[in-house]
Amino acid sequence: MASRVISSWGNVIRAAHVVYGLHSRSDSFPALSAASTVLPFGNGRSYGDSCLNVGGALLQTRTLDRFISFDREAGVLACEAGVLLADILRLVVPAGWFLPVVPGTCYVTVGGAIANDVHGKNHHQAGTFGRHVRQLELLRSDGTRLLCSPTQNTDWFAATVGGLGLTGAVTWAELQLRPIRSPRLDVESIRFANLDEFFTLCAEAERKYEYTVAWIDCLGRGKQLGRGLLQCANHAREGAASDPVPDRKLSVPFPLPMSAVNALSLRVFNTVHYHRQRGRRRLTSEYFQSFFFPLDRILHWNRLYGPAGFYQYQCVVPTHLAREATTELLQTIASSGLGSFLAVLKCFGNIGSPGMLSFPRAGVTLALDFPNRGARVARLFESLDRIVSGAGGTLYPAKDGRMPGALFRSGYARWQEFSNYIDPACSSSFWRRVTEHE
Amino acid sequence: MKKVLIVGATSAIAEATARKLAERGDALYLVARNEARLAAVAADLLVRGSPRVGTEVLDANDSGAHEAMLARAESFLAGYDTVLIAHGTLSDQKACEASVELTLKEINTNALSVVALLTRIASRLEQRRAGTIAVISSVAGDRGRSSNYVYGSAKALVTAFLSGLRQRLGRCGVNVVTIKPGFVDTPMTAAFAKGPLWAQPEHIARGIVRAIDRNSGTVYLPGFWRPIMLVIRAIPESLFLRLSL
Repeated sequence: MASRVISSWGNVIRAAHVVYGLHSRSDSFPALSAASTVLPFGNGRSYGDSCLNVGGALLQTRTLDRFISFDREAGVLACEAGVLLADILRLVVPAGWFLPVVPGTCYVTVGGAIANDVHGKNHHQAGTFGRHVRQLELLRSDGTRLLCSPTQNTDWFAATVGGLGLTGAVTWAELQLRPIRSPRLDVESIRFANLDEFFTLCAEAERKYEYTVAWIDCLGRGKQLGRGLLQCANHAREGAASDPVPDRKLSVPFPLPMSAVNALSLRVFNTVHYHRQRGRRRLTSEYFQSFFFPLDRILHWNRLYGPAGFYQYQCVVPTHLAREATTELLQTIASSGLGSFLAVLKCFGNIGSPGMLSFPRAGVTLALDFPNRGARVARLFESLDRIVSGAGGTLYPAKDGRMPGALFRSGYARWQEFSNYIDPACSSSFWRRVTEHE
Repeated sequence: MKKVLIVGATSAIAEATARKLAERGDALYLVARNEARLAAVAADLLVRGSPRVGTEVLDANDSGAHEAMLARAESFLAGYDTVLIAHGTLSDQKACEASVELTLKEINTNALSVVALLTRIASRLEQRRAGTIAVISSVAGDRGRSSNYVYGSAKALVTAFLSGLRQRLGRCGVNVVTIKPGFVDTPMTAAFAKGPLWAQPEHIARGIVRAIDRNSGTVYLPGFWRPIMLVIRAIPESLFLRLSL
């Protein structure tokens, strides 16, 4: 079989993998050599090693990219697992429908969205992506095909949603969409001077808005600690869903020789971004792409971090300790001077997640990118781990390339129950890292 | 709305092309060997916007079945105006060198079955004095090379046949398009290491639809293959013998 060098989105690991492909949902699971393990691989947008299987094989599913049916009355879409969310939106938005949950990029596959039980800016109202999956087919390496849903093979459903691809290959899924009247959103952007203001504003905004998310200036210290912009939005009620949608893209055409993200560029960007709106509150109307997927307008933006790549640190801390823990996290990050343009803060609601290993839970989630600066950033992560773990929080496997096994196991109480559902042929670099040498 | 018959409809290039046709509302009749894959492709094209999609399971090498298939396509589409022939197999050159049967089978699949289909389709469209026939040949047909001359010579036959057909049918308003893709990243080429010359099927599909719409004669896809093949064809045989291509 073909061997290819594959990297994940963070570009920290680049490793040769034996590559198999599924080209149609009727294809059988590939025959592997006995010693090898395999991991389904969608569009490679996981940041760390949860989508890699170094020393083993990957089962590419991007070629499973067919729609199966679209009920334009009921908003029910069935498609193969390699279809990108971008392709779904291109089909359903003009018909007056929208995905019930979208992550920060539309370049993920349906299979990937399920395997990571992704969340969006409307978590407080809609919960995770997996809650809107009506059914899915799981192809096991022994050839078994299991139809899984909230009412059928429920244990397999709970293992596969958020199951990091380890339970077998999802071949297709059926999703419940939500209606919209316009491809635009009514957006309110509110500047806040510190974390206390953020928490007050957020509680208020969540009652009025379906989508809320905050950008934080990760360099803010002292009185400015946790200053940022809260973005709130609802789907516009006026207009026609079939309005044409602009689709212009920039690209980073080749990997940069060094990271463009450094102390100077970060300070300039953050200061300008924080002051970009004149008033404290600003109302605008935006197309869904620029609101939900601002980074998708720059293809290959991960190349900005240069050849060493970058890490994302995304944690969640439970509600009752959120204020203290977030303050401490931001203080630690600000004094390190590391960090990047994109620091995102979001309050998760208390809607339960359907997967045994789902990341979202009631609390506050903070996500930040860090250029890979070796030991310096590793030490910072250890300090952040201590704060997260002390508050009873955990990290997001889809973003992670380095968390200690103990932090994973304490944050995912059902991991041992989950391991009963792992396909004997499946494994991943992430899974071996966080569960072996226990 | 065009009414398009596609033979080899589950191949990656044909499927990518069919999606573009479906999205703009063309009616399609799809022919391929694998029933399950064919059904999956047809369902997808309906969702993407094609008003009608018919399917038929057929091995293109079964030339005795061509006539009935063409009649069914004709009746399903109420007369097709566009045909895309896209089936083929990438021959294992080394295995062919050791087997006459395999060599002839590859030539049959990639050339003779195409000739059989084209002969029947040409007379239908000639009578109607309108329509477009597009066939996927290959840059490999421009010059035989030691690494894949069985596949290449089959494609050379197709290219020459199309060139003559274009001359014949051009006089009665039927357009013949020869499509010569270079390296395309498809299941057929999964075993190859991919370099900068490789293109995605969607990219090739855009070129095919454009060629059909513009009544082009011969198109290289992507276009940079035209100068490359010009050079390769121009290399004197004495020098060519010493190259490893």
